[in-house]
Amino acid sequence: MRYIFKRILIAIPVLIGITMLDYLIMSLAGSPLAMMQGPRVSQAAVEAKAIQLGLTQPLYVQYFTWLGQLLHGNWGYSIKTYQPVWSMIAQNLGPTLLLVGVSLILGFVIAIPAGVYSATHQYTKGDYTVVTLSFLGTSIPSFFLSLILVYVFTVLLGWLPSGGMTTLGTGGDFWDVVRHMVMPTAVLTASFAGSNIRYIRSSFLEILQQDYLRTAKAKGIGRFLTINKHTMRNAMLPIITVLSMQVPMLIGGAVVVEQVFSWPGLGLLTMSSIMTRDYPVIMGVSLLSALIVLAGNLLADILYAMVDPTIQLH
Amino acid sequence: MKKNDKPRGELNRSYLHTVGHRFLRHRMGVVSLYFLCALTLMALLAPFISPYGPTKLVGKFSAPPSAQFWLGTDQVGRDVFTRLLYATRISLLVGFASTAIATAIGVVLGLVSGYFGGWVDMVVMRFTDMVMSFPYILLVLVAAAIFQPGLWNIILILGFVDWPGVARLVRGNVLSLRETAFVQADVVAGMPTRHTLFSEILPNTIAPILVYATSVVALSILDEAALSFLGMGVQPPMASLGNMLNGAQSITILTTKPWLWMPPGIIIILLVLSISFIGDALRDAVDPRNIH
Repeated sequence: MRYIFKRILIAIPVLIGITMLDYLIMSLAGSPLAMMQGPRVSQAAVEAKAIQLGLTQPLYVQYFTWLGQLLHGNWGYSIKTYQPVWSMIAQNLGPTLLLVGVSLILGFVIAIPAGVYSATHQYTKGDYTVVTLSFLGTSIPSFFLSLILVYVFTVLLGWLPSGGMTTLGTGGDFWDVVRHMVMPTAVLTASFAGSNIRYIRSSFLEILQQDYLRTAKAKGIGRFLTINKHTMRNAMLPIITVLSMQVPMLIGGAVVVEQVFSWPGLGLLTMSSIMTRDYPVIMGVSLLSALIVLAGNLLADILYAMVDPTIQLH
Repeated sequence: MKKNDKPRGELNRSYLHTVGHRFLRHRMGVVSLYFLCALTLMALLAPFISPYGPTKLVGKFSAPPSAQFWLGTDQVGRDVFTRLLYATRISLLVGFASTAIATAIGVVLGLVSGYFGGWVDMVVMRFTDMVMSFPYILLVLVAAAIFQPGLWNIILILGFVDWPGVARLVRGNVLSLRETAFVQADVVAGMPTRHTLFSEILPNTIAPILVYATSVVALSILDEAALSFLGMGVQPPMASLGNMLNGAQSITILTTKPWLWMPPGIIIILLVLSISFIGDALRDAVDPRNIH
């Protein structure tokens, strides 16, 4: 417990640093009011708006105002839609978590057996095939794979819808959502599985060279038990590392895919708020993602300790 | 396995020779190296290979591939094959230039952080954590929106975002090298810190840095393509592999004019794939444990 507490304490300055850096970059971006200006908007109206939004105050005052509000649970309001930022994020969070979560799990479901097979059959034809496929998975740009899938499954075969989460006009039942999910999930899974296979293969290879495995083999307990009992547990460590590295993907990883398939998630929200310079929304999304990254790191540390009793928590 | 029947002469050969020798054993790595060289050469010699300029309007709108235009023409009548060559140039430039920036920053910060330790290390590593905690694509998109999308800005942005991995790698290596006898000897002999860092420690970490850098090159090329595809990267009329695919978001191009979007996509895959294989071969070649 004390260890977890200490880790959280270390994370706080990092988090505050992120928000400051964020705010600074954003202020360099130029005024959100620049978009508002036009022949029909008078200069006076723009100035009144600036005062109302607090844009005339010095930067650090703006920052502390924002931070103060945040501590009271107020994430601010969108400059464009006047909706509370938190409700906008909450609306888009579900679809993203669904899409990326399923892809992450599928990525591991494919990668673990493939990586283990590849490592235990090193330098065989099967190994080369798996490795080449995994390289292909990481090398293919997600938008290109998306286009190919749309071309094949929507244009040529007409099996799957090319975008959105539900069919317009219908409420969207379970199977409707599934049909919309197939292609974006496939694209994300390909890239997750591709990089996971490489990690799992190399960490497995490392473990297979260890002395204790030779001992296990010498005991004659059989190949199956050797791999499943002695290797798997030790291979969990690197798998946890990979998992914690991919947690940030839950928020930012799907921007391109969501854009191509118009999936109503955080990525789409992010793109549109970047385009319209909707600072409070961008700040909200980056803060949320930073929180998730730090939480992911913390989770990894705790899982390490659970899997490997030799790692002591202080 | 074959550790013992290795010819004795191999031990005396120079390090580079051994690495080169091991690299050649990685068949995919060698094929990829040849392919990358050929592609780079074609991209560099683009003006001599193609009679057309990359932004010149030379034919009909969206003409299908023919003897005159090998990959057809685009929506405004430019030769797709020519643009593909110039776009490959841009991708390679972005990949290598941004990796050079990222590696330079990462190496310096990693060296300083690992060697001096204490509060310097603390500050540098917290800063690294901060940059790493940003969702990568979000950071790049916001930066691209702020600093006006364009070729050199994309290179700088990717360079300034990709360094944390290098910094961590170098720091880890420095931490272990700092305790070795030859570095300690330097310190005892009163050598200047600059000498110890750059002439003793750095050369011993080059191999892992190089391997890591190849993966950064591949990632940068992919990121540039994604950014340009979203319209936040290299801007038209300059050709980039990503922005050549941009038009495929329209359904008519996607369905009826595959020569406009298939080739750039395939080139991206082959480019990134070959760089990944070269990185893999390098990793095998410089790994001291890997003698088979």
